[in-house]
Amino acid sequence: MENQVHIQAHDHYDHEGSKLGMWLFIFTEFLLFGGLFITYAVYKYMNPVAFHMAAEELSVTVGAINTVILLVSSATIAMSISAMQYNDVKLTKRLLLATILLAIVFLVNKYFEWGAKISHGIYPGSEQLMEVSRGELLFYGLYFFMTGLHALHIIIGVVFIAVVYFKVANGTVHAERYVLLENSGLYWHLVDAIWIFLFPLFYLIT
Amino acid sequence: MAEPTINLEQSFYEVKNYKSPILNWILSTDHKRIGLLYLYSIMTFFVVGALLGLAMKLELIAPGKTIMEAQTYNAAFTFHGIIMIFLIIIPGLPAVFGNFLLPIMIGAKDVAFPKLNLLSWWIYVLGAIVALLSQVMGDGPPDTGWTFYAPYSFKTTSTVLPALIGAFILGFSSILTGLNFIVTIHRMRAPGMTWLKMPLFPWTLYATAWIQLLATPVVGITLLMVIAEKMFQIGFFDPALGGDPILFQHLFWIYSHPAVYIMILPAMGVISEVIPTFCQKTIFGYKAIIASTLLIAFVGYFVWGHHMYTAGMSDTALWLFSLLTFLVAIPSAIKIFNWIATLYKGSINLEIPLYWALGFLFLFMIGGLTGLVLGSVATDVYVHDTSFVVAHFHFVMFGGTGTGFFAALHYWFPKMYGKSYDNTWAKVGFWGFIIGFMMLYMPMFTLGMQGMPRRYFDYLEQFHGGNILSSFGAIILIASLAIVIINLVTSAKRGKKAPKNPWDGITLEWQVDSPPTLENFETIPVVEKGPYDYKK
Ligand SMILES: [Cu+2]
Repeated sequence: MENQVHIQAHDHYDHEGSKLGMWLFIFTEFLLFGGLFITYAVYKYMNPVAFHMAAEELSVTVGAINTVILLVSSATIAMSISAMQYNDVKLTKRLLLATILLAIVFLVNKYFEWGAKISHGIYPGSEQLMEVSRGELLFYGLYFFMTGLHALHIIIGVVFIAVVYFKVANGTVHAERYVLLENSGLYWHLVDAIWIFLFPLFYLIT
Repeated sequence: MAEPTINLEQSFYEVKNYKSPILNWILSTDHKRIGLLYLYSIMTFFVVGALLGLAMKLELIAPGKTIMEAQTYNAAFTFHGIIMIFLIIIPGLPAVFGNFLLPIMIGAKDVAFPKLNLLSWWIYVLGAIVALLSQVMGDGPPDTGWTFYAPYSFKTTSTVLPALIGAFILGFSSILTGLNFIVTIHRMRAPGMTWLKMPLFPWTLYATAWIQLLATPVVGITLLMVIAEKMFQIGFFDPALGGDPILFQHLFWIYSHPAVYIMILPAMGVISEVIPTFCQKTIFGYKAIIASTLLIAFVGYFVWGHHMYTAGMSDTALWLFSLLTFLVAIPSAIKIFNWIATLYKGSINLEIPLYWALGFLFLFMIGGLTGLVLGSVATDVYVHDTSFVVAHFHFVMFGGTGTGFFAALHYWFPKMYGKSYDNTWAKVGFWGFIIGFMMLYMPMFTLGMQGMPRRYFDYLEQFHGGNILSSFGAIILIASLAIVIINLVTSAKRGKKAPKNPWDGITLEWQVDSPPTLENFETIPVVEKGPYDYKK
């Protein structure tokens, strides 16, 4: 019968539309962090000296290494998209794995960095922090909250890219239909871009 | 595995993918079912919120304790606010009528991301449940007001945390709906439907979706900061932890003022649909309405400071925010003039939806004009935090958005259910609503001018008269709302079958079946003329 169709026909594929949706989502993520950047700006303006002093406690080296790691991972995921456009599934998968690995290295670094702070008694609500100046307290609050929220985004990104990896492996994402891969790339660049702002604000303002 | 097949000629109610009727609803990605899911959830919460409002009004019928303690009253206005704002009018019209009608009005089979759409509803339910948990958990329901102002929200011993987390989760639902609508409007308009041939309800949904997208993340992060501050003692807004409570107010209102336009713009869209249909006349100033919609959405971002005139800002900031607030009133006024000009010399067919639309004009204008009193710094300082403010925003939100919602419900009811409702009861409900509404909120203007503060469960004897009038108004209002809702519910079940196009509308939704089929259109229509070209 002509009027009998499969429900699957309902499911349409629109590459441009999906990408537009992802861009809009990324926009909201920037605004989410935007609220934090405003807060940072206000408190930095109110406590310039304290922010300067507190920032000296952070290791520029660890921050710089993590910056390089994220930049390289952005490159690997961008290359995985190109590889998919050339229909090289093997290379796509390798590059996605490389991205995930780099992300994990970033998180390990972060873990040790936070661990060192916490073992020195610097963590939200700690006795030591309750004794420092108001500006330093705000700096560390922002530091833990913003890098923590960013790390959460890294974790979500890892899961997202892992899902894409399996979809590439089982053929759901392929050279004719790879918008999911592209969107995971867009998301990953967002995570990278936010770090590009966090790095100077917390590590380089000394 | 045999794939299920469906018949495209039957109504979407008949499409069954699961044996269980409940699963058929809560797992459906059909935009029409999702719209109705929102309608039923919102109506349920509305009954709770409205009854809380009634309880508060009964408390205020006489000075001193009448039916509840002060602390209960604080919890009641907080819960009333949280329900009405976060669970009802913010999702409100876009989630219900946007979902049901946007794809049909632009000639599409569904929204761009149907699964995401269903996810948005699930997130909404999750957020609602979490927010409701605050009522039963810990040391008593929250008493901060829906605005969660710092530093009180850190000092109170009531259970604020679940309410904050719930509001945060609800934000995601709002963002995802907005995102879905923007992509839908960009990508899925029927052939021939250029931007300037799109009906005005989709236009207002478009502007609203942008506000949802641009403003919600800011309140999201603000709520998250408060959550982190409460849970981990990270200093943001609590002076005890080095923070600045005024910054909370800024961040909160940067979202929450634009949120007012999330609430009102779609209602304006509904009025722009109803008026031309019942005048059988093209809308006056189609482009001016679009431009003013976009202008409201834009300027609305820069006026948040008018909530903080007494909170401590520089004089320059004060007069700038005041000036911008006056400017944002202009596009709203443009719309009012356009609607009235549309009525002029139209062949007016006074049906129930037009009653509600005219009710909108009347109540919204009172709300808008009293808004100017609050927008100007000198007069605002005088009535700040009095019942004048409460009356003003109830005129705008309830008299505006609420009335718009009922206009939409009565306008599209035959399309959604394929049934007609009882006209007599609908008229009784409408007039009761208007009379009750005026009786309830008008006295609050004068009480506020005389100095009665808001959010107090007790008052001086001199305010007694106005409060009695107001409380009786509340009883009439609630009774009329009951009539309206019961009339619609019974008509949905037992009403007479409605024709496909009972109002002689010419936008696309009136060309499809009532109720529509699963894919809305047999073949996607080609649009050749403007949305309100009645002559051709
Ligand atoms: Cu406002």
